[in-house]
Amino acid sequence: MANILPAGTAAPDFSLHVTPDQKLSLSELRGKPVILAFYPADWSPVCGDQMALYNEVLPEFHKYGAELIGVSVDGVWCHAAFAKDRHLHFPLAADFEPKGQVAKAYGAYREEDGVTERALFVIDRNGTIAWSYCSPIAVNPGADGILEALENLPK
Amino acid sequence: MTTLSIAVSAKDHMQGDHSAECTLVEYGDYQCPSCGRAYPIVKRVQKHFGKRLLFVFRNFPLSQLHPWAETAAETAEFAGANGKYWEMHDALFENQERFSETFFSELVGELGLSASGLETALERETYRAHVKADFSGGVRSGVNGTPTFFINGQRHNGPYDFEFLSQAIERGLGAHVLNGE
Repeated sequence: MANILPAGTAAPDFSLHVTPDQKLSLSELRGKPVILAFYPADWSPVCGDQMALYNEVLPEFHKYGAELIGVSVDGVWCHAAFAKDRHLHFPLAADFEPKGQVAKAYGAYREEDGVTERALFVIDRNGTIAWSYCSPIAVNPGADGILEALENLPK
Repeated sequence: MTTLSIAVSAKDHMQGDHSAECTLVEYGDYQCPSCGRAYPIVKRVQKHFGKRLLFVFRNFPLSQLHPWAETAAETAEFAGANGKYWEMHDALFENQERFSETFFSELVGELGLSASGLETALERETYRAHVKADFSGGVRSGVNGTPTFFINGQRHNGPYDFEFLSQAIERGLGAHVLNGE
């Protein structure tokens, strides 16, 4: 498994397309906790799907004022179709060109497969990684670790 | 990270002997096709282990994916408050493709409960807090989709066909004997 950036590291900034004509930068979210959820691909099986779960847990993330961004190497149109199909209420960023550049910066890219790891980062209000976790690629890590990390952020 | 954070208590819907050596908790969604497939497997597992197994079902509706999941969960809780929880639980899983408001009120009628009572409960969201509490507790315990099973408080990560689930329960029973409880 990849060596992902650990807690205490400054979160590398990025600017990625979240819709065909809109980009999102991490730095725009400074002042709020940010959850970065790297996942291998859109369209994994429905009921055990990580993004579908986070979509349901979104109100709990929002209680902490946190913003969630899903990141995979899928392109914007793929993300758009996926988000529409699953009624996702948070942005999916396309780490598409150069492929996996952001995932690489976070140590969360699988060269052999050409996809991102299933890696989670909770970034504090000042842009520092407060918690990170890399799950085995086939295991949906759930949301408990994220919630615990958000709870442990300085108020 | 994958331990049941809310202990099984009198607030839960339980089937089986309360002093059973092994407890199987399912977090499920009545409209989830995978839970529908797991339903007869759980029945078979319950029959296989008999008194040695206590089964608990908690709500984990994925409402954004399954538009009837929340209403179905609240309908089951309504039936539970009126002494018909498991009858409703079974009827829901056996009729997943028929979900609608009319169908829920028909089911309630068939169980001898008041359809207008259900209507009021749904309108007033009487059981919403209970369903939400189940969901939040599940999230905290590492429920990562539906169905998610916990065996003696530990998340079951493997597949949930009869063989895998019953083997995992056998291990749970074995651990119980070793601990000399």
